[in-house]
Amino acid sequence: MRGPEWLRRRRSEAFEEFVTTPWPSAKEDVWRYSPIEALDLDAYRPVGDRTATEPPAALDALVARVAPHGAVVTRDGVRDIGPGLSPVALPNGVSIASAEHPGALGTVLDGGDALVRLHDAFVSDPVVIEVAAGAVVDRPVVVVHWIGGAPGTGDPAPAVFPRTVVHVGRAARASVVEVVAGVTGDLRGLVVPVTELDVDQEGQLDYVGLQVLGTGAWHVGRLAGRVGTDAALRSFTLGLGGSYARLRTDAAAAGARGRCELRSAYVGSGDQVHDIRTLQDHLAPHTTSDLLCKGAVAGAARSVYSGLIRVRRGAVRSEALQTNHNLVLDGGSHADSVPNLDIEENDVRCTHASTVGPVDEDQLYYLESRGVAPDRAERLVVSGFFGDVIARSPVPSVVGVLEDEVGARLDRITSGGVDA
Amino acid sequence: MNGHLLEVRDLHAEAGGREVVHGLDLTVRGGEVHVIMGPNGSGKSTLAHALMGRPGTRVTGGSIRLDGVELVGLPAWERARAGLFLALQQPVEVPGVSLQSALAEALDQPGRAGLAQRLAEEAASIGFDRRFLDRALNVDLSGGERKRNEILQLGVLRPPFCVLDEIDSGLDVDALAAVARRLEQATTEWGLGVVAITHFHRLLVELRADAIHVLVDGRIVSTGGPELAAELEQTGYRSYGVA
Repeated sequence: MRGPEWLRRRRSEAFEEFVTTPWPSAKEDVWRYSPIEALDLDAYRPVGDRTATEPPAALDALVARVAPHGAVVTRDGVRDIGPGLSPVALPNGVSIASAEHPGALGTVLDGGDALVRLHDAFVSDPVVIEVAAGAVVDRPVVVVHWIGGAPGTGDPAPAVFPRTVVHVGRAARASVVEVVAGVTGDLRGLVVPVTELDVDQEGQLDYVGLQVLGTGAWHVGRLAGRVGTDAALRSFTLGLGGSYARLRTDAAAAGARGRCELRSAYVGSGDQVHDIRTLQDHLAPHTTSDLLCKGAVAGAARSVYSGLIRVRRGAVRSEALQTNHNLVLDGGSHADSVPNLDIEENDVRCTHASTVGPVDEDQLYYLESRGVAPDRAERLVVSGFFGDVIARSPVPSVVGVLEDEVGARLDRITSGGVDA
Repeated sequence: MNGHLLEVRDLHAEAGGREVVHGLDLTVRGGEVHVIMGPNGSGKSTLAHALMGRPGTRVTGGSIRLDGVELVGLPAWERARAGLFLALQQPVEVPGVSLQSALAEALDQPGRAGLAQRLAEEAASIGFDRRFLDRALNVDLSGGERKRNEILQLGVLRPPFCVLDEIDSGLDVDALAAVARRLEQATTEWGLGVVAITHFHRLLVELRADAIHVLVDGRIVSTGGPELAAELEQTGYRSYGVA
């Protein structure tokens, strides 16, 4: 695989580590309730530097909607400017490198479980976004990872390892939207993305991650953020696609008064499995984290939310809030919600709340008593449930896209049809 | 007033598996205001939900006809479409759902042309803060604001009949007066027939009633005019064997 010498060496070291790192087990807390043991790596093959597919029209439409001024695009993890894709015009203060120097990768997430090692061993073209100190960037930088997928007929399906790194310099402000899409229709594919968000002192990063893969994809993603002193990270992640869709988000408030505001949502139908893990890690005094995660499962879909608030010794006067709400829309669907606290310091304030259940009957009756038909009432309540969190997306220009993507799933679920 | 007619005949209703309403009769014509007063536990809320068709409140006998259409057996939304509106005692919060989108669904009016204007007019008529129109339904509204919101929705939907379950609770004197004025106006504006169910006499101070009914133990035990209100004010429900 191509890339600078240090990157090729990093890949081979990671591969050696991968070989000796045990495969995850559902016996581990962080993988509990997940079907990870059923993932058959032999059914997939790393794409390497080949870009198997031409970008479909669907990609252009998606990019145009999310990023009218263009996006950084990878196809099957490879960054190139193909037909129909024009080079992105970057805002002032933003530069994009493809990991030209050692140290561009792994500043926030270095090492990790077997999946992260696997990613490091096969990552092709990392997208490294550098926001210069003091820069205030007024429009979002958009990164689109398009995964082609392949028919699952005998031959191994492609495995793709997209990497995005954002470094926000001191007192800079920027927003980034990352889209993972593809593996449409009956195609299959394994997608193992790693995203690192590093916010220096007094900086602020607003991040939106949108996962809209087809339901033949396995998605095992990691999002790792770190904020320095007086810095802030505000994120919103939306998981809609995938046969198995996992996103583990680790947010570290590493500098005093660092703030993490984490929002996420997921919608599952058919036999999808959504697997959401979060860590709010407080390492410094007066840090705050505020997490709100909302999901709905229909049909035979299920979801796992497992969240940990960790307050390390010395992180005095820290405040952490964690909320997870789940709507279980059908008798065959199921949601687990597992909050955890690990507090090593006394003078802190941590609260968590979680709910799992059907749509509230009183809310339905209220709307029906106005003359709203039951299916429309349920649709209103469920879209309101998500609208409430989507409205808090830190990047306002993509709220409409997020609403439409969720709305399209809810239309399929609440029209009573069997979802593909 | 107009041709609309709500007829309740020998209504029996259960809540939580126990019969609470034991054979109730009531006839309301368009434009009339009927106030049903009763002490705690007399079956007021069960009656309200039996009329509207709340799941879990079971009608075990009798009939509810609106302009000749039998409502018993119909789900709540079809009763609403047939012309009945229930202002709830405790309107629930519906996060993320705007008043306008809910009413657009209720009116099958996805274009929403004119709806925002109607909402603004109704809000002004009852002193409902226009800023609340942009909030999700009842979210972060006080008890009194929620009650005004019910009356606002009534004004937009303009049903032939409304049932008000303790509309007076949570409202201060000025708000109660504004709500009562709007209801009286509605009786002439589109011939609204009102069934106001309440525990308290104070609603009658503001709302001119054509008939007052006393509900005790799931039955109407007395019906009369304003003189009955005066009597209730003096003696409460004692003369009906209720402490």
